Amino acid sequence: MQAISRFLQNNLGRFWLGAVYLFLYIPLFFLILFSFNSTRQDGIFTGFSTRWYLALLNDSRLVDGFFLSLKVAVITGTLSTILGTFAAFVLVRYSRFRGRSLFSGLVSAPLVMPEVIVGLSLLLLMVAVQHAIGWPERGVTTIVIGHTLLGMAYATVVIAARLREMDRTIEEAAMDLGCRPAQVFFLVTLPNILPSLVAAWMLTFTLSFDDVVVSEFLSGPGVTTLPQVIFGYARRGVNPSIYAAATILIFTVSCGIIAYSISTLRTQVRREREIKAAERAELAIRL
Amino acid sequence: MNLEKWSHLRLGKRFVIGVPFVWLLIFFVVPFLILLRISVTDMGNGVDPFAPLLQAIDGSWRITLKYQNYLSIFEQADKDGAMVWWDTIYLEAYITSVKYALWTTVLCLFLGYPFAYFIARAKKSIQPALLMLVMLPFWTSFLLRVYAWKGILADQGVVNNFLLWLGILQEPLLMLYTDISMLVGMTYVYCPFMILPLYATLVKMDFRLLEAAHDLGASPWNAFWLITVPLSKAGIIAGSMLVFIPCLGEFVIPSLLGGAENIMIGRVVWDEMFSSNNWPRAAALAVVMVLFILVPMAIYAHYGAERDAMAED
Repeated sequence: MQAISRFLQNNLGRFWLGAVYLFLYIPLFFLILFSFNSTRQDGIFTGFSTRWYLALLNDSRLVDGFFLSLKVAVITGTLSTILGTFAAFVLVRYSRFRGRSLFSGLVSAPLVMPEVIVGLSLLLLMVAVQHAIGWPERGVTTIVIGHTLLGMAYATVVIAARLREMDRTIEEAAMDLGCRPAQVFFLVTLPNILPSLVAAWMLTFTLSFDDVVVSEFLSGPGVTTLPQVIFGYARRGVNPSIYAAATILIFTVSCGIIAYSISTLRTQVRREREIKAAERAELAIRL
Repeated sequence: MNLEKWSHLRLGKRFVIGVPFVWLLIFFVVPFLILLRISVTDMGNGVDPFAPLLQAIDGSWRITLKYQNYLSIFEQADKDGAMVWWDTIYLEAYITSVKYALWTTVLCLFLGYPFAYFIARAKKSIQPALLMLVMLPFWTSFLLRVYAWKGILADQGVVNNFLLWLGILQEPLLMLYTDISMLVGMTYVYCPFMILPLYATLVKMDFRLLEAAHDLGASPWNAFWLITVPLSKAGIIAGSMLVFIPCLGEFVIPSLLGGAENIMIGRVVWDEMFSSNNWPRAAALAVVMVLFILVPMAIYAHYGAERDAMAED
């Protein structure tokens, strides 16, 4: 008994980490496993097959939803990153203007507002506007607006964090050398915060590609995003085609993240090597 | 502090501030005002989904504000037609939502605190990889991960099959569409939101303090409660709010993993809007939901300000 308790005490950390990681990864494991199941039966693996992947390709609702979601997510990612860059600039650089506290409150409010309320209130706005001027029809435009409202808040957080870290002396140097503000921004600031723009784009793309609630409120007849199709299927019962879609998604995301990590690691290594080389050069000159 | 007047700003600066400001005003502030406005009107007469705010009555324009949408949250007629207080489906949905949000927060804290603590104490070199592993599922679809639990917890699902096979169970345990599936799903989805802020505060802690406490004779248990927990208060509060607030308005998880008993307020707003077509009541329910969110947000903001003040010292 004592041996067991001592063992637990020494390995509690590993045990706890392992258990929580297991909890986090078990659903992904079963999504992948059952996507290769030979029958519709859930919970028992009856044999290997790829029939659900074929069924997925032949399901026009899923395929159409995929392309619609892709389109919405690309537009949302781009718009959110642009608006987020503006908002991050205001938050980090412009500390004094009337309405600043209102502005910073508004920027972060969509982060904590329940999506149901964002969706509902935007729907009410769209209905009112459409009533008045006959535009926009509920569809891609309205979904993009809804997603961008949320995406901008996330993009701002990511970009503002990078902007705060940035060394401002190089901007000052550029200005001393005669750059106009716009030139400073495009030639100095933008390349410096570029990694955060990429991260913000990826994050908002993912958010949009995955969103159900806002899309459910703002989509119109005949416009159904991929998550909406999946949500509809999921509420009705088990459909292994969704497992197949999930497996493809998990695979794509993993590849993307691994590629991103490798590329950031590489730049880091290269930068370190350059710094070392510079130091060595300096040393050589001094000697 | 002297604030710059709008008219004194440079044109470029005006543009940079103006673009996101106008966007937020049009698509965040105005919709909320419309929500408020609709919540205080009647249902419309057939064509319009809600009555106009401004009406011409006896030749003069009047604003009519109706509060019965709010009243109906707390009051409804029983089968004899008498008005009964407190016992409404709406109030019940709010209470259910708060209950699940609280339980999920507690469960996430229970799982996440030791987890974040052990990551913070792991070798510095492997910490980024351990955190990456927490974030990785977050990048794959939330919807699909919730859906996976449906297959795992179903009567014929993985867990039941496994327990039946082991002989622990004689007949399948009912887990899907109950409190179990709801709490598992919500804890699963929101756990990373608890872990990350906890890790952020714990990793900054000076673990030599624990050694000092040990040298002065404190038991590990006492040292944990007297040193580690108070020092990570900011992380506990931030994590709890990041879990509690979105849980309160959760829509997808109760739809997929909840049964008829587990109706949360997000779902009720949806049904009121699209099934009953009662827009004013949906709006009123949403406004009250925001009030529910404001309390934890105020706590969060309060401690956030305190934390910033401490950081500046």
